[in-house]
This record gives sequence, C-alpha cells and structure tokens, in this order.
Amino acid sequence: MEQIPFWASKSFWKKMAIWVTAGSFLLLIILTFDTMSKVTAGTKRVPDYSVINKQIDYRYDESKHHSMPVIGGDAPLFGKILSEQEAEQLVTLGKKTIQAKNCMNCHTLLGNGAYFAPDLTKAWLDPAWGPESVRPMLMKMFLMDPEGNARTYGSGRKMPNLGITEQEAEGIIAFLKWMSSINTNGFPYNFKTAGGQ
Amino acid sequence: MTRPLDSSNLNDGQKLAVKYFVVAVILFFAQLVFGMLAGIQFVHPDFLYGVLDFNVNRMVHINAMIVWMLYGFIGSVYWFLEEESGREIAGLKLGNLGFWVLTAAVTVVVAVYLLVQVGPGNDFTRWFINEGREYIEAPRWADIGIVVVMLIFFYNVAVTFSRGKWSGIAGVLTLDLVALAGLYLAGMFYVTNISIDQYWWWWVIHLWVEATWEVLVGCIMAWTLMHLLGVRRKIVETWLYIEVALMFGSGILGLGHHYFWIGSPEYWLAIGGFFSALEPIPLVAMVVHSIYDSGVHKLRNRNHPALAWVIAHAFGNFLGAGVWGFMHTLPQINLYTHGTQWTASHGHLAFFGAYATINIAFFYLAVQRWRGDVWMGANLVGGWRWKWALGLLSLGVIGMTMALLIAGYEQSFIERAMGGSTWSAYFAGQNHPWFVESMVWRMIFGWVTIAGFGLLVWDLLVIGKHEVRPAETLLEEPALVHG
Repeated sequence: MEQIPFWASKSFWKKMAIWVTAGSFLLLIILTFDTMSKVTAGTKRVPDYSVINKQIDYRYDESKHHSMPVIGGDAPLFGKILSEQEAEQLVTLGKKTIQAKNCMNCHTLLGNGAYFAPDLTKAWLDPAWGPESVRPMLMKMFLMDPEGNARTYGSGRKMPNLGITEQEAEGIIAFLKWMSSINTNGFPYNFKTAGGQ
Repeated sequence: MTRPLDSSNLNDGQKLAVKYFVVAVILFFAQLVFGMLAGIQFVHPDFLYGVLDFNVNRMVHINAMIVWMLYGFIGSVYWFLEEESGREIAGLKLGNLGFWVLTAAVTVVVAVYLLVQVGPGNDFTRWFINEGREYIEAPRWADIGIVVVMLIFFYNVAVTFSRGKWSGIAGVLTLDLVALAGLYLAGMFYVTNISIDQYWWWWVIHLWVEATWEVLVGCIMAWTLMHLLGVRRKIVETWLYIEVALMFGSGILGLGHHYFWIGSPEYWLAIGGFFSALEPIPLVAMVVHSIYDSGVHKLRNRNHPALAWVIAHAFGNFLGAGVWGFMHTLPQINLYTHGTQWTASHGHLAFFGAYATINIAFFYLAVQRWRGDVWMGANLVGGWRWKWALGLLSLGVIGMTMALLIAGYEQSFIERAMGGSTWSAYFAGQNHPWFVESMVWRMIFGWVTIAGFGLLVWDLLVIGKHEVRPAETLLEEPALVHG
C-alpha cells in the first residue's frame, strides 16, 4: 500500500500544472495588450513612419546609462518631405523587400537573424556610410550593386546581387532610417554614430 | 538467419509513424549538408557565391532542422497512439493524406528556396517564394498547409484517445497540440512595424521551442520510459505534470528574454530575466527523473541504444537548453551577446540535446519493433556501430558548440563591448584570428557530426538484422512502500 504525501501526489501536480499554465498565460495576455499599446508606430518608443523626414541620432543618456534615439529637425530622405501615408508606404516597401530578399538569414535586425553580416538595427547611423548628405546615395548604390560596391573589410564576405530595384532600395533605406529611431533599451550598447557620438 | 524489417510487426499507427521517421532522417541529412555549406562559407566566403549564397544555405539548414524534428515528434506520437489509447487510430486515411500533403509541400518549398531563392519586395513573394522571417520562412501557402496537417494530427490524437483510454499522457499531449497549432497562427500575418512583427514572431519561435515542444518531448519521454524501462505509469505521469508546471511556469513568461531589445517596454528586462533564469529548473527535473528511474531499474532495459539516446537527451537538454541558455539570458550579459555566435552555440547544443536525441531514441525503438521485437541489449551483433554513432554525433555537436562559444566570446568583447557594434567593429571581430580559427574548428566538428550521422543511418538500417534473440522482458517494478 502506498502512502504518498500530498505534495508528491499526481493529483496535486496535475492541478499545479493547470493553474500555473493558465496563470502564466493570462499574465502574458495582459502584458501583450500593454506592450502593443506601447510599440504601435506613433508612440514614444516606436515613432511614426514620418520620422524618416527628421534627423535621427543615437546618444548616450546619462540618466539611463545607455544610448537613446534622439529625433532632431527636418532632414528629408531623398530630398522630399513625405506625408505620414507616403512614409508608411515607403517603409512598407522596404520591409517587404527585406523579407523578400531574405536579408535576415545573413544579417540581424534588432539583433535577431543570422550572424554572417552586420546588424542592421542602427545601420542608418553607422559611420561607415558617411555624413547624411551622401549616406542615402551610397546606400542605394551598394544595395543595387553590392558586388560592384562591395564592403568586405578584408573578410572576403560580399553581399550577393539580389536584383534590388531603385525603388526597393529607397524603401529599404527608409525602413532602416525608421528602425534606427526605435527605443531598443540601449541595444546595441556603446554604438558610435556618424553624428560623432 | 536474418530478421527482415517486417511491417506486419507494426500496428497501423506505427506503419504511418515509420513514414514520418524516414522523411525525418532525410531532412536530418539535409540539415547537416546545408549547415556544412554555410559553415564552409564562413571560412571560404567565395564558395558557391552567387549560386547558393549563405542566406539560402542557412535558411534550408534551420528549416530542415525544424521540419525533421516535427516529423520525428509526429511519428513518435503516431507510434504509441494505438498502444497508449488501446484503440485503432481514428483517421488513418486522413493521417496518411496529411503525411503526403506535408511531404509534398516540404518538397516544393525546398525546391523553390533553392531554385528561385528570392523575389521582388511584394506580397506575391511572401505568399509563394519566401516569407523572409527566420525559422518561419515557409511561404504563406505552405503555412496554411502546415496548419491543416497539424489539425489532422490533432484530430487523430484527440479522437483516438477520447474513444479509447484517456491517460495523463493523453491529456497533456492533446492540450499541448492545441497550443502548438494555435501558436503557429501568431506567425501568419504581415506587419510593417518590426517591433510588433518580432513580438509575435517570438510567440511562435519561443513558445514552440521553449514551451510546447519541451512538453511534447516530455510526453514522448514519459511513454518511452514506461516502454523502455518498465517505469510505472503513476510515476511518469506525476513527473510529467511536474515538468508541465515548471516548464510552462518558467517558459511562458520566459518569453520576455526575447523582448529586451526589440522596442518593447523596459519591464520585460526584469520579467524576461527572472523567468528565463528559471527555465533550466524543469530540465534539471527531467535529469533527476530519468536518473531516478534508470537507477530503480538498475539500467535494465529493452533497448540499449534507445536508452543511451534518452540519457543523452536528459543531459543534452539540461546542458544545451538549460545551461547554455542561462549563460546569456540575463539582460546584463545579453546586451553584449545578443545576435552573436553565442546564440548559435546555444542553438546547436540545445536543438541537438533537447530534440535530435529523443527522436533518434525513438528511431531505435521503431527499428526494434519493425524487426519483430528483436534483442537490442548486451553483446548486440554489430553493437559498436550505435556506440560510435552516438559518440561521433555528440562529439561533433559539442565540438561545434565550443567553437561557436569561443567565437561568441570574442565577438561580444571585440565587436560589442570594445567596438560599439558598428560595421567596422563587426568586421574587426570577424577577422580576428580567434574568430577565424573557431570557424575552422566548427567546420572540422561539422565533418565529425556528418560521419556520426552516416554511421547512425547505417546502424538503423542493419541493427538487429543478424540477431536471433528476442527483446529482453522487463521486470515488474516494485511498489514504493513508505513508513
């Protein structure tokens, strides 16, 4: 005859499994609603798509002890101020192109993806692409002919030609500029932008 | 005298399971081949440049892995479904249809990945070529097919159990499959906002791999321990409930460790850090469980290779998913390790330890029955093969894991902490001899892994063929008597 204490019994752990799972899931749902309200485009953490009309930087914040995106004055991309709708269309084209060209299986975006090529989270702000006056042009040339304009840094790794059109390249650049404005809690840490920070 | 593989030894569910296992092994091979191609490209970047670029090889590598593991799980459940429920499978024809639909879909998806590769930046590409989201790159039409096949699988499991015996394993399994199919839907919509995109993307990736898959292998493990060692149902089912409570209790909110840097609010740093730090606990419980059961039975079991792989599973899951995950899960370190080879190191050991091992254990159980419950104990004819396969596969994966870990350390220091994560800092890290040498070692251990796989397949094809002894009979487990 078995005598098992209640805390080791099957029925106790069955109830625990049900309650713990249900409780955790409920908490996740509540947190999901809250997070969605805070990461929708147009909020403090994730700016509107029309932020691509502005100057963006990523500067060290003494109070937070990490860098934060800083939105400045007008700095239209490709020389034209876009409406919110136009900006969203352009960023959407960029996001769809980034998915269609399978960028994430070489690069990381917000640190997620593959590790064969640099992270794109703050690529728009990277000193490698020079001052903002020439940055969009250099990026566009690179995206449309990455082999001819290869930046291997001596690694021998070249981005392949993916048939990116001029319009798609502009979309990608708009997407990268918008993504660089997202508050990522200081990731990547210690990043030095082209703005000299 | 030889014992042929004879399907008359199998019930209908097992015949269906064998089909899943065969495709699983083929896809396992594809995973290794494309992993090797991608690994070679780290060392020789011009290799297959413009023909099969890194992003294509890496995509097929990780997709083949996910799919072969799913095939293994589905096959394992079909394998024990009739024995566990005491009934014939509810929808055998439907199950067969599901198998062929899934296999045809996987074939077409891989062919398109390899031949078409990428498309223009529009909706057509996402629906018919490539969704471009890591792990769930399958185009949308295939997503719908996957959900339909999962629903067929769910129907067969739920209805077969409800018509037959409804055990604790049946209950956990059925509810887990609801979650498994439901969660996949979270990855089936397009959104431009990448913070929202990655929020839901992690619902699929994390809540599959670090929650529902773990519970699914918990069910498979529970049945396996009963079958392999003769452990009493009451004990395995109690452990199963403990594992579900701990797994979901830590894993559901442990999801937060993916929300540190994607734009989500700061409270995820604390929630994700805390709960994901607890994630190794259920994996410790699994190790304790399996060691306890093996000890009680003095390691006497019906199938030595299967038990060896179950032990590899218990330790591999704990080390790969538990320890390697814990090492970089707290935000204070993850800030530097996120998106580096640390993750690749963790991924290699975790997927192998948690999932490849349990599937291989099941392949051995299946082959044993397929040859008519043949002897697979001590002094097995050709027994060196399974031991070398186990040794080489484990050595290969552990070697790759260590090489990638060293690369990850180097990347975290040189690219992240010192260089500040710019493009030039990234390449400074990639060009450093510590990184380059690590990639060479990773490739060498990749070859060791492939050698182990070759031996494994050879062994699965011939093990037990020349045995005349029947499988060992298990001793009745003594009841626990207290006080």
